[in-house]
Amino acid sequence: MKKYTKLTEVQADLKANLLTCQALVKAYLSNIEAKKSLNAFLEVYEEEALEKARLLDEKIQKGENLGRLGGLIIGIKDVLCHKDHKVGAASNMLEGFESLFSATVIEKLLKEDAIIIGRLNCDEFAMGSTNEYSSKGPVLNAYDETKVSGGSSGGSAVAVQADLCLAALGSDTGGSVRQPASFCDVVGFKPTYGRISRHGLIAYASSFDQIGILAHSVEDTALILEVIAGGDNFDSTTSCVDVPAFTEKLQKDEKPIYKFAYFKEALENEGLDSEIRSKIEERLKGLALAGHEVEAVDFPIMEYMVPAYYVMTCAEASSNLSRYDGIHYAYRHQEAKDLQNVYTQTRTNGFGKEVKRRIMLGTFVLSAGFYDAYYTKAQKVRRLVSDETQKLLEKYDFIVSPTTPTTAIGLGELINQDPVTMYLADIYTVQANLVGMPAMSLPLFQHSNGMPFGLQLLANKFEEEKLLRVGLELMK
Amino acid sequence: MSIYDKYEVIIGLEVHVQLLTASKLFAPDSAAFGAKPNENTSFITLGHPGTLPCLNEKAVEYAVKMGLALNCPIRAYNYFDRKNYFYPDLPKGYQISQDKKPICGAGFLEIEVGEETKKIRIHHIHMEEDAGKSLHDQSEKYSMIDLNRAGVPLLEIVTEPDMRSAEEASIFLNSIRQLIQYLEVSDGNMEEGSLRCDCNISVRLKGTEPFNNRAEIKNMNSVRFVRKAVEYEFKRQIDLLESGGEMKQETRGFDANRGVTLPQREKEMAHDYRYFPEPDLAPLHLSKAYLEEIRQAMPALPHELRQKFTKEYALSAYDAGILTETKEMAAYFETVVAHCPHAKMVANFMINTVKAYLNDQNISIQEAHIPPQKLAKLIDLVVNDKVNRQAAQKKLFPQFAKDPQQDPEKLAQTLGLVMEKDDNFVLEIIEKVLNQHPDKVKAYKSGKKNLFGMFMGQIMRASGGKIDPKAGKKLLEEKLKE
Repeated sequence: MKKYTKLTEVQADLKANLLTCQALVKAYLSNIEAKKSLNAFLEVYEEEALEKARLLDEKIQKGENLGRLGGLIIGIKDVLCHKDHKVGAASNMLEGFESLFSATVIEKLLKEDAIIIGRLNCDEFAMGSTNEYSSKGPVLNAYDETKVSGGSSGGSAVAVQADLCLAALGSDTGGSVRQPASFCDVVGFKPTYGRISRHGLIAYASSFDQIGILAHSVEDTALILEVIAGGDNFDSTTSCVDVPAFTEKLQKDEKPIYKFAYFKEALENEGLDSEIRSKIEERLKGLALAGHEVEAVDFPIMEYMVPAYYVMTCAEASSNLSRYDGIHYAYRHQEAKDLQNVYTQTRTNGFGKEVKRRIMLGTFVLSAGFYDAYYTKAQKVRRLVSDETQKLLEKYDFIVSPTTPTTAIGLGELINQDPVTMYLADIYTVQANLVGMPAMSLPLFQHSNGMPFGLQLLANKFEEEKLLRVGLELMK
Repeated sequence: MSIYDKYEVIIGLEVHVQLLTASKLFAPDSAAFGAKPNENTSFITLGHPGTLPCLNEKAVEYAVKMGLALNCPIRAYNYFDRKNYFYPDLPKGYQISQDKKPICGAGFLEIEVGEETKKIRIHHIHMEEDAGKSLHDQSEKYSMIDLNRAGVPLLEIVTEPDMRSAEEASIFLNSIRQLIQYLEVSDGNMEEGSLRCDCNISVRLKGTEPFNNRAEIKNMNSVRFVRKAVEYEFKRQIDLLESGGEMKQETRGFDANRGVTLPQREKEMAHDYRYFPEPDLAPLHLSKAYLEEIRQAMPALPHELRQKFTKEYALSAYDAGILTETKEMAAYFETVVAHCPHAKMVANFMINTVKAYLNDQNISIQEAHIPPQKLAKLIDLVVNDKVNRQAAQKKLFPQFAKDPQQDPEKLAQTLGLVMEKDDNFVLEIIEKVLNQHPDKVKAYKSGKKNLFGMFMGQIMRASGGKIDPKAGKKLLEEKLKE
């Protein structure tokens, strides 16, 4: 079967009877089987996907129209609840746990005839940047299996990269969709906070988490976003701002002149790979030559973003993960003797190292006597970054930067080092989550080391349409 | 003077009011009491991965009502916080509560202590979700968890330490219970746990300023227990201090069987709840229009009605108090008065006769199903001297209450209770009675005037209550002068 990179191609072939949904699913299943070593999937819904494909083929035969996502074979990060299916956040803590309900996004995908082919590996509870903190082992980068996939949505990125499904859903708390997208040469999109319901998304840090999309094309990203976005009674942090018909709007051939801003501090960052820097600078020049405005701006508070991000996300995580206590469901340590013991044994053995580190960090910053020095201060930084970013985006259309300071690193390279080194690699991606704005990583570059890397664009709240449009333009 | 007289008790209360919403504070599950264990527990109540809270707006409305009734400023901008601690009946590992910006700020409630009015300051009121229940007595081997109550909306009313006796604390609690019933925000049923309170108790030498360490008596569900706990603690703490001991700040429980308080095994070890703003819920912004709408819809409150009853209807403070005990009784009284504008008479009749009947039957005024218009008619019979008061209370009303759809006047006729206006009829009876007691008549005439009452009694009885006592008295006096 030919390799598809756009849903429209799939749908055209289905319509022309050149392809059936069953053949499509079988092809992906055999890819998954062939590339098992990548460790992208935690579970493949083989029978279920084939059965759904059969039903869709019947529909086509009867001349009925499929839903908007008919023919979309999609993978789901292991943090999205799917009724009567296992969900585990790649943690031993949730071993064997099945959800009683489906996430709003899952319901919406299924309603539009998407076929969910399986659940995808990730860092445990979405905490990590290399997918090495999964209790089910790391996901390997399909470009070079000695390299990491990135994280935490590593399985989602590699599944798309390696043609194991056409698109995938991930979650992005500080770059967990965009960073692996950059490492794996796919589009990674994180919408505005509140655009997509978090109902059914296993929480890491509630005020940062947002479901994101990984795909080969901006077009597919736009269509999936259009389907899964929107207000939801189950999530009171969703916005009731109208969801534009992105696909239709993007078809209008507009060539606006944009204003791009980039932070001096971003490109002068010590940790930034020099080749990434020069390629980005080159690209910025190209944009200016194409008639866009490109300006360097100062953003001196940049260095406070990562610390503020980690203080706040760990604080929220420490509370969000309190429910995994061995009492009500999932894992309980079998030798625990009394209540206190159930808690300590279960949580000591159920959680992995990085999760425990963040729980402890978060518990510390919320403790009496430390709260103001850490949590309150981080809140202030967040507000400041938010105000400053807002101000900039009144003047500029986008803030542009590399998605990541390096290309995909080698397996094991960072995991045993000072975790702060790993945290600092989030320097470009955390801003979008701190301020709740949409951002996207576009797979535009190839490094001389053979690995890809992405360009990140950040736009003002609810300006996904603009972001998608510029994405289309840049991908040409 | 006993040593106890040298001390005074200082009491502050944290009252938990379970709100009468159909569903829970953050989940669509029923909040009703009495379901089978763990019946009302959706995946949200269970705190399953991926679930989010969704605020029940009715609870907010009730909180605003309570705040207005307790003279609290309402915070137009307020938000929820998470209170973090581990306990098996707390499925999420945190309770969603309000800490930094509770919905209602400082207010007060005036209570009547004897003849005096005392102001009890309210520190604040906040909304929170209840925890589930741990049952330790169902099995030898296991503790059982019932999560039906988990997530049920609560208001916590926190007072300043303004109460100085068990009496004041129980009056305060009863006033709160009365208020929540007036506002219809809770049924206030203490046995079912809809109204519970934690009681902070300390003692100090009279005339001294600083507060001593206090004991917090947790989770009491009866006014009587609060009273007993205060009395017990008062003695215990003084005994401790007088014997040279030191009072430490501690949490205690009240053992209702023994009437004592006991140190409690701490539910959470170190009390660092690590409060922080609940990120899963957007902060609340209550508009002026919204608050005004609730303000307009507030019912008249007990103290307002008491004032009205004493002023407009010239009732005594005592009578007004009884008639405003429940909102239904007050409303009923006003409807009766609208049909029979002799407020004092109506008040007396309701307090002495109707209430006695309700108490006897152990039912409420609504449950008696007596149409107020009919009761007004019945009282009218007394007002218009058609039936004498005694007869109305003792004979007519009990018969009427059995089937309150009947016409009271017809019933009075059937029962032969309509008073005879005919002097001849009255005289006939007077003569009959006097003839039966010639010796006593003689005695009366020779100066034993106190026999008059005995004659009147005999006459009333002989008439079957059909004589208007005023007319009877007049005729009897005349007859005895002959």
